Amino acid sequence: MAVAQALEPVASPATPNAWRALARRAAAFVLICVVVIAAWEGYKALGEATKGMVPGTAIRLPVRTDDRSLPHTWRIVGSLFEPVRASDDTLLISNLLRYAAFTWFEAAVGFVIGGVFGFALGVVFVQSRLLERGLMPYVVASQAVPLLAIAPMIVIWGSQAGLPAWLAVSIIAAYLTFFPVAINTLRGLQSPDPAAIELMRSYAATQGQILWKLRVPAALPYIFTALKISATSSIVGAIVGELPSGIQTGLGRALLTFSQYFTTGPERLFGAVLISALVGLAFFSLVTLAELWLVPARRRLE
Amino acid sequence: MTHSAVVQLSDVNKVFGGRGANPVRALQDINLEIGTNEFISLIGPSGCGKSTLLRLVGDLIAPSSGTVRVNGKAAHEARLRREYGMVFQQATLMDWRTIGQNVEMPLEIMAWPADKRRARARQMLEMVQLGEFERHFPWQLSGGMQQRVAIARALAFEPALLLMDEPFGALDEMTRERMQMEVLRIWGQTHTTVIFVTHSIPEAVFLSTRVVVMSARPGRISDIVEVDLPQPRTFETREDPRFFQKITEVREALRRDEVRGASS
Repeated sequence: MAVAQALEPVASPATPNAWRALARRAAAFVLICVVVIAAWEGYKALGEATKGMVPGTAIRLPVRTDDRSLPHTWRIVGSLFEPVRASDDTLLISNLLRYAAFTWFEAAVGFVIGGVFGFALGVVFVQSRLLERGLMPYVVASQAVPLLAIAPMIVIWGSQAGLPAWLAVSIIAAYLTFFPVAINTLRGLQSPDPAAIELMRSYAATQGQILWKLRVPAALPYIFTALKISATSSIVGAIVGELPSGIQTGLGRALLTFSQYFTTGPERLFGAVLISALVGLAFFSLVTLAELWLVPARRRLE
Repeated sequence: MTHSAVVQLSDVNKVFGGRGANPVRALQDINLEIGTNEFISLIGPSGCGKSTLLRLVGDLIAPSSGTVRVNGKAAHEARLRREYGMVFQQATLMDWRTIGQNVEMPLEIMAWPADKRRARARQMLEMVQLGEFERHFPWQLSGGMQQRVAIARALAFEPALLLMDEPFGALDEMTRERMQMEVLRIWGQTHTTVIFVTHSIPEAVFLSTRVVVMSARPGRISDIVEVDLPQPRTFETREDPRFFQKITEVREALRRDEVRGASS
């Protein structure tokens, strides 16, 4: 059969092609890093040359370029490898990495709680139009309330209920995580063609079989799109959640402390921001790897 | 037994949007009996309710009044006992499953053991001449091949009745004719009863033992044309004068109906 020869071999998720795409993406990342550093240093050099003015005008540059406002990029990286204080020769980066690991742990627990809850909501909504119509406005409204207002409540209620502080933080992270997962799960579960549902009914499939053999596999690419958003927002949730919780060993506290000492040591805040961003990026990458493994290339949504 | 009919429709009516502003009479007073090993085509203008009729037989929708019986049982019971397979215009294969796994799907639902499932899927794919594609994914197959997989899947659990809703509607003419031969070959091998919805008069005549001609607004059966062309149908059938005679007969039945509709 001529068609048979024309067909490509079946592609597994992790072919050399996939790795090459990954390498290309990494190269692009490094390139953009270099561009950002160049822009940062270029802006600083410009400010120094013109004494903080936009060239040829009497307009001040929007952000001051002195070392107190905008430290050199190498100073930011350098500060990571300096002792935290004179009396303590622990390096800043080792502290930050320890905090990052803790915050990541809180975020990951929240990510799982929020992911499971969001998925469950999606499943409930696809089974019942009535519940979807009734509850969806509240789900949407929940995300319109600022996290900053919710976080202290969860911390206080959590401590009254005897939960450990980190778990309250995880619940705050879950609060940000569940929403995209619920919305995308619902969309994904609704994505199969009506004919595919009729086909399942013609086999006398139960609702459970239709869910697990048709709807959920069809929803996987949608769910992963949501999980990638949730991975980063769970980190944000955990950082914000740590502030009212009094947790001393997370990135939230570090960011707060360093922002209070911004005028005397701005590079430390920038360093902590850098580490926070890297944690988010690492979590995002982890979820992307899971997607690479679980969802065939043909079905991934970009 | 009082009937050897595989499908028995008595005084079936179907109204859509009953409580809405404009209820639509999709089917009116349908009476039809289909016997074992018949190949029945439903043909008629769009909106004549031929797909609705097929869905009624398959218990995917319920009649507003009248009874639908399949193998002497209520259609609902027949569905729960998996007495028919369905093929739609789109193959609706699941693109996360290989071809083999797609054919296994109904067997999985029916909780067949894995080795029996695999063996049957292989056998069905051989039957539609796609044995070597077991491990391929749906997107790697052409439209005609995908539709053959859908047929293999529908027949995997040996249903007594095969319901096909314009299964070749999306295929080009060449593929379509090949698929028609294929369906006839399978029909000859498996002794299933087939109900086949189509827009195409030659297709209906070539395939069927009887062509049920339907008319629209409201959908009803206006004529039934017996096609007594010799079996098995071959390439030569298409050149047989009696073939053209039957086509004319069906076309006139459709036209008669159109004229009646216009004058009323």
